Amino acid sequence: MAKLNMVEAINLGLREEMERDDRIVILGEDVGREGGVFRVTDGLQQKFGEDRVVDTPLEELGIVGVAFGMAVYGIRPIAEIQFEGFLYPCLDQINNHIGRIRTRSRGRFTCPLVIRVPYGGGIHAPEHHSDSPEAILAHIPGIKVVIPSTPYEAKGLLLSSIRDPDPVIFMEPKRIYRAIREEVPEGDYTIPLGKARLVQEGKDVTVVAWGAMVREVLNATEQLKGDKIDLEVIDLRTISPMDVETIITSIRKTGRGVIVHEAPRTCGLAAEIIAQINEKALLSLQAPVERVTGFDIPVPLMKTEHYYLPNPKRIVMAVKKVMSF
Amino acid sequence: MGLMEDYHPLKGKMFQILKPDGTLQPGLKLPIDDKETLALYQKMAFIRLADQRGLLLQRQGRFGTYAPIWGQEACQVGSGYVLQKGDWVFPAFREIGITLMMGIALKNFMLYWMGNEIGSRAPEGVNMMPVSIPVGTHIPQAVGTAWAAKLKGDKIVTAAYFGDGATSKGDFHEALNFAGVFKTPTIFFCQNNQFAISVPRSRQTASATIAQKAIAYGFDGIQVDGNDLFAVITATKEAVDKARSGGGPTLIEGVTFRFGPHTTADDPTKYRTEKEIDPWKPLDPLVRLRFYLKGRGLWSEEFEQRITEEAQKEIDQAVKDAEAVPSPTPDEIFTSVFAVMTPQLKEQWEYLKSTLA
Repeated sequence: MAKLNMVEAINLGLREEMERDDRIVILGEDVGREGGVFRVTDGLQQKFGEDRVVDTPLEELGIVGVAFGMAVYGIRPIAEIQFEGFLYPCLDQINNHIGRIRTRSRGRFTCPLVIRVPYGGGIHAPEHHSDSPEAILAHIPGIKVVIPSTPYEAKGLLLSSIRDPDPVIFMEPKRIYRAIREEVPEGDYTIPLGKARLVQEGKDVTVVAWGAMVREVLNATEQLKGDKIDLEVIDLRTISPMDVETIITSIRKTGRGVIVHEAPRTCGLAAEIIAQINEKALLSLQAPVERVTGFDIPVPLMKTEHYYLPNPKRIVMAVKKVMSF
Repeated sequence: MGLMEDYHPLKGKMFQILKPDGTLQPGLKLPIDDKETLALYQKMAFIRLADQRGLLLQRQGRFGTYAPIWGQEACQVGSGYVLQKGDWVFPAFREIGITLMMGIALKNFMLYWMGNEIGSRAPEGVNMMPVSIPVGTHIPQAVGTAWAAKLKGDKIVTAAYFGDGATSKGDFHEALNFAGVFKTPTIFFCQNNQFAISVPRSRQTASATIAQKAIAYGFDGIQVDGNDLFAVITATKEAVDKARSGGGPTLIEGVTFRFGPHTTADDPTKYRTEKEIDPWKPLDPLVRLRFYLKGRGLWSEEFEQRITEEAQKEIDQAVKDAEAVPSPTPDEIFTSVFAVMTPQLKEQWEYLKSTLA
């Protein structure tokens, strides 16, 4: 079986799904002839033609608004927004129409589209190329938000996202686009939305993460083996709707939790997870739940970016803190 | 020379067939015969009365905030007359006219303004999208649907309705730009009613006309007298035929006037005087059509009285029918968001249920 990185895995998933379902149209800036600035759509226009893989004018709001119009007509659009920093003009369409159309038309019109967007820091990028807006998106009713953490996960989650009858924002952690290489099967397999992944079982501390942070957590796990601290690692996979049940089951077992996200701290998703733990498993806790997060600042340029991003050292410190109670 | 060339926006000529006094501009062809004209006049009169009823129902607390069409009837009836079954309409929120022209029952229209989402559920086969409140956000959507149809080889057109205010929004520009590049079968119908709430048309753009903005995007624009039913029909037909045969989009600017408030929550006396409104009264789309029909021996006071009574009866029935529809049950607000309810929504519905017991 071929070992692929995340870019290749997503490319494979797109190619196979477009073969399977001729309603799919990919649209976005530079996705066609160039194959995407990260090469995620490489070769697809050559294979499927200019009517199915479309280079659009430079207009993010327009791309997503047009994708909405296509979706209600019966096309399955996959719109690419080149960087998360450019997603914000689309929030109007996402919040005001994409997430609402099914309920406000009582099902007469629905919007089965996917918006793919590279997100996250750690690649020494220019400004506005390193944000993590998943909490903003999770707060919007009527949409789903999915974040893969490995190549295998990416293809399986992508296929589920494309097939979902409701709108999905598929956020791709660009830091690990090429950093991980693993076996990714050809052919049809899906990973269900709304279900977290138990990456490894452990008895001492539940650590919840997603995207590029899962790898940071696994690095911390290695460091903690020396301290005989045994982590149970959960990869959230679907940000919204979140698999709360898996988290609670784990917390009830370990009694200690650490949540890791690179998004800014205040009102980040860790706060929501801790609120859920508070509601459903407070009495199981042996210690307050710790958050290892980015800060309430724009992601700095590369000279000081490393101060911003959560790293294994901070994760280890948080784990030791909850163990100290 | 075709219509679009004759009335190229930079020539500064507004397309008109029917003058305010009910006589015709010389040498121009009528798009419809007497029978159709009378029927559409009756339609416009009905719409005006239904619209007025909306204002009244709001004052009585039986409608939520309502945005009246008053004055713009010819824009919507004329353009709606041209569209065919299978075409898609993307309205803004002042569109009782095109809604009824698309074959949606007045009862359903009313249900929306009474606060029930079921009113936005167009019948199967009627491709009318729900209203779009965030101004202009529906315009790129109309382009997307048109483009999807084109990719599939379906010979439908889409029409987006919006006001002069919407033409200042980025959405408008992105939509027209996209439509020009991909030559989508889209009709952009701007009802220039001179006001965006209190802000006059002169403040929206320094362009002499709205129609000329199409030139920048590489396709035809035409400014028509939006209160002239015949001109609206003719211009729309030209645009629709062109779109349906692969000729791409058109921007139609219908010059009209908003006689009523922006919505029932607005007080226009704060920003405009009767003196400013007066010059538009003789340009009223119903007034001139009435003059025309009277001149052809097709209109009388008795006729007007009869159709008014019939209309009021029909409107009464629509109100009655709409008010007889039960409110949605509370579970509906949770079950209709996704195809399959999420655990979060299930949990939240259970919570709400417990508070209602």
